[in-house]
Amino acid sequence: MGIFWDAIRQAVELLTSPSGYVRQVIAVTLSVNGLAVLIALFLGIPFGTWLGLTRNRARGLLATLVNTGLFLPPVVVGLFVVMSLSRSGPLGSLGLLYTRSAIVIAEVLLAMPYVTAITMVAIGAVPRELRLQALGLGASRSQALWQVMRDARLALMAAVLAGLGSIMSEVGAAMMVGGNIATTSGNDTRTLTTAIVQETRIGNYATAMAFSLILMGIVFAIVLILTRAQQGRQGRWLRS
Amino acid sequence: MKVGMGIWRGRGRWASVLWLSVAAVLIVGLLAALVGCGRSTTVTTAAPAETTTSAAPETTAPPTTAVQVSDMVLASTTSTQDSGLFDVLIPAFETDNPQYKVKVIAVGSGEAIKMGETKDADVLLVHSPAAEKKFVEDGFATERKDVMYNDFLIVGPASDPAKIKGTPVAADALKAISDAQATMITRDDKSGTATKEATLWKQAGVTPSGAWYQATGQGMGESLKVASEKQGYILTDRATYLNLNDSLDLVPLVEGDKALYNQYGVIVVTGANNEAGGQAFSDWIVSPAGQGVIETYGVEKYGQPLFIPTAM
Repeated sequence: MGIFWDAIRQAVELLTSPSGYVRQVIAVTLSVNGLAVLIALFLGIPFGTWLGLTRNRARGLLATLVNTGLFLPPVVVGLFVVMSLSRSGPLGSLGLLYTRSAIVIAEVLLAMPYVTAITMVAIGAVPRELRLQALGLGASRSQALWQVMRDARLALMAAVLAGLGSIMSEVGAAMMVGGNIATTSGNDTRTLTTAIVQETRIGNYATAMAFSLILMGIVFAIVLILTRAQQGRQGRWLRS
Repeated sequence: MKVGMGIWRGRGRWASVLWLSVAAVLIVGLLAALVGCGRSTTVTTAAPAETTTSAAPETTAPPTTAVQVSDMVLASTTSTQDSGLFDVLIPAFETDNPQYKVKVIAVGSGEAIKMGETKDADVLLVHSPAAEKKFVEDGFATERKDVMYNDFLIVGPASDPAKIKGTPVAADALKAISDAQATMITRDDKSGTATKEATLWKQAGVTPSGAWYQATGQGMGESLKVASEKQGYILTDRATYLNLNDSLDLVPLVEGDKALYNQYGVIVVTGANNEAGGQAFSDWIVSPAGQGVIETYGVEKYGQPLFIPTAM
């Protein structure tokens, strides 16, 4: 059990007096994943809403594709992004491989299916009558849509959580397209998860464990805030 | 969500029976695969059963030979794995020692040695002489034997912005890269390669620092890819470089310096799970059989051996 206590003690030390290096790893993790989830929401919510409202044949196929996306292995997405952005790939001239942008691209691809699928179900679960009634009472199309989304807002929060969850703890794609690069003058593409892999490879189990605890702590804090917003007292503002 | 549900609805019992049997076959297959993955398995080489008309399965001929096979964990470096040496070395060892099944864990020398300390590995094949010496001194093993060496070289973009091509002393080349602030990729993972690089920087009297000096914390193959994409310099072992050369946009720039040689050692972990297996591997790799495999590996493909055996 010694190594676990060692790790926990080291994690507390790292958290109470974080070195510049640790702070930068945390900053890169939060900025990259935050941006990725925002983009995924921006694209996934409208797409999911449309899928949840339409009732044609294409919808069935698209819904199946989106649900298949839930099973996309991060390494497959990583491979796809690596091949696309590599110097010998179609987008090689952009020079994006092994940059933070590359991680954002991969994580957006990974989070999109979660956001879209949950939005689709959430919107689809709102009774059709609500929208029809709103339209019948003289609401414009966008007002009626707003009404539907208000009704589905709690489930939409789940979409945010699932999107974040699918990428915050993900390491395969982040490692492949980001490269886990750090320089002495600043962190480049090293995230908490890739740092954990590296420290484990080197044999620094305690540091790896410390980074793991930091990651889980951050995840817990984010989930706590979002869950309270979704269900708790602080969530009142979300209700009508 | 309604897509696919039709399978379960309105197609009658036969559809359900069909799906249930498919599921049952999958589950049985999975279980069989799981059972086959046990730590110790018995491989039986059965004589081909004469199944002419005998319907009863019990009449199959009894197995002629039964060898108790045990797993043996070899912790080694990503460089050795990426070089492709294990693809010939391990099968050769297993042919000579059918009672052992080798599981290779390819990590940095640092983690490999750590795996020895925690006894998660039975035998180590690593190239970090100072750490290996300490490992033996700390009592985790009784001895370390020389196995082979390979050499490092500095590769980089053909444009060579720091003008290091042909520099005879590796340390001078590193100093030039640092002076030019040209992009350089480093592994920084306590691997043998990273340790070697640190020694060279010390020799150069420079502490590399700045945005041009980028650490990947990853293995040799991945780091070479990063260097190729970023068109940076990198210190690499020859084997991995030659093996990946086709997919890289890098050229050899500095080689041949004595300081660039890289000695591998084999260490049997005392008290490991399968210490006997580890010992067998150690004995075999320094024997003429093992050394012969090392000596010929790479000659056909690259016109030169990738590793030079030193145990004979």
